[in-house]
Amino acid sequence: MTVRGVHIKIQDLTHRYTAKSPICFEKTNLEAKRGEALAIIGRSGCGKSTLLHIMAGLLKPTSGAVYLDDELVDKPSPRWVMMFQAPHLFPWMKVSQNVGIGLHFAGWSEAKKRDRVAEAINLVALQDYAENNVQDLSGGQQQRVALARSLVMEPEMLLLDEPFSALDAFTRAALQRDVRSIAKRLGINLVIVTHDIDEAVLMADRALIMAGSPGKIYDELDIDLPDPRERQDPTVQAMRARLMEAFHKAAGGAPAGGASCNGHEEPEIGNGGSAKPQVVSAAAMKKGKKG
Amino acid sequence: MSSVAAPAGVFALSRLMKSPAVRRFVYGALGLSVLFVIWEIGTLFLHFNPATRTFVTFGPIPTLEAFPTLWGEGKIQSAMAASGYRMGLGLFLAIVIGVPIGILMGRSKRFRELSNSPFQFLRMISPLAWMPLAVLVYPAWDQAIVFLIAIASVWPVAFATAAGLAKVDPAWFKVARNLGAKAVHMLTQVIMPAIAFDVLTGIRLALGVAWIVLVPAELLGVTSGLGYAIKDARETLSYNHLTAMVLVIGIIGYILDSACVVLIKRYSWHHRRA
Repeated sequence: MTVRGVHIKIQDLTHRYTAKSPICFEKTNLEAKRGEALAIIGRSGCGKSTLLHIMAGLLKPTSGAVYLDDELVDKPSPRWVMMFQAPHLFPWMKVSQNVGIGLHFAGWSEAKKRDRVAEAINLVALQDYAENNVQDLSGGQQQRVALARSLVMEPEMLLLDEPFSALDAFTRAALQRDVRSIAKRLGINLVIVTHDIDEAVLMADRALIMAGSPGKIYDELDIDLPDPRERQDPTVQAMRARLMEAFHKAAGGAPAGGASCNGHEEPEIGNGGSAKPQVVSAAAMKKGKKG
Repeated sequence: MSSVAAPAGVFALSRLMKSPAVRRFVYGALGLSVLFVIWEIGTLFLHFNPATRTFVTFGPIPTLEAFPTLWGEGKIQSAMAASGYRMGLGLFLAIVIGVPIGILMGRSKRFRELSNSPFQFLRMISPLAWMPLAVLVYPAWDQAIVFLIAIASVWPVAFATAAGLAKVDPAWFKVARNLGAKAVHMLTQVIMPAIAFDVLTGIRLALGVAWIVLVPAELLGVTSGLGYAIKDARETLSYNHLTAMVLVIGIIGYILDSACVVLIKRYSWHHRRA
């Protein structure tokens, strides 16, 4: 596969869903180098996911524009594809058919499609499952199929909207590492929207911190760490602490560990990640109060 | 030696019964045999009552004996052809009209709200209640019967299609759009395969309704088809021909329904997860 990245330029982007609804973000400007992996961190509702949808051409901004190498993004295109929180595979298709669906839309011949699909399936290490129905696969494998389905289009930019938040810790860590390494190997741009500080440190070259209402990019931090990045590595830990501190400053809260931070403002830390433990602990707290 | 052979035979049989196809066949045959025995017992009652003895040819043995005669005369074939044509055309119209209506109901909230009351109202009118009206409107009985079948079977198809569409994950459209799908792809690659199972289930229900409407509709006016064949047999007092035609109706209905079940299984993706 021959893939190259793209220069991303976001100019004075402002968005509100309807004339009466509040502004999501105002006059946001952003640039990214060719092949750069960018993470946008922020709490829920700061507009980061909306920003990503506009970058994918799935949503029209109220004003301002997104340019990729001076080309205006105003509609979806296989050249800039998005991966969502859930894989959203077509359950009536096999793995290979799901991966090849974009090529089918583009009118490729079966023979040409077969080679390219096989290549993409190899890239995500699912060659043994190519002929399985996607419903036979685990959550992590399904997200890999979604990744292959995006990569098969040879995109210049891959947009990820908290794509691993529904996965278990081990699968999540493996995918974080693999997606970064594949993107780097192919030279494509990554834009990851996440509320997981670890994810940003492990996957991105640069992290942007988005906060407030309307949302604004408050701070940015270069993540200049060698690959492969390991969670336990002291340099990774140190970077995580720095990013955490920057996040709290931006959110207007106290520094990390401060008493004034409530759960909503705090980004997710650690490798657990799923919402389940939080629910359990909240229930436990309630019980404790009653008792 | 026989004491060894018997358990081995039982063992082989029990192993054979583990195969779902064999099991289904054996139980199906067993169930039908019970039905046959009950039928024969009923005939014996007719036989022992002097008042009903003339009806004894209703029994299973005379009925089976009537088949070669009826087949030889071509009566079964011609009745099947006439009924098959009416039913096929009626169902075809129901699908051609019902599926698009169902898609509209599933996709457009306004259409769904607007159409719900009139459709539910029309659905509750017995198809046979349309009969006098259909006879007045259509010049030929054939057309009237096709109309009755169509109006009876359009609702299951339409409502099943709408229900199927309501279950379609909206994210599939977003993913498809993201990967460059055009409107025609949305229809052929997303909507159609997603709802095939529900549409076929609706068609299966429609087939049952159509089959029930067909026979009484053919009892009036027309001079061909399975319904007419029954009426004709009654009028000529050939009771075994009558029951033979009833049996034919049952067999054809069963085969058509089984074909639908095979298609539904083929296009179902809902229960794949073990």
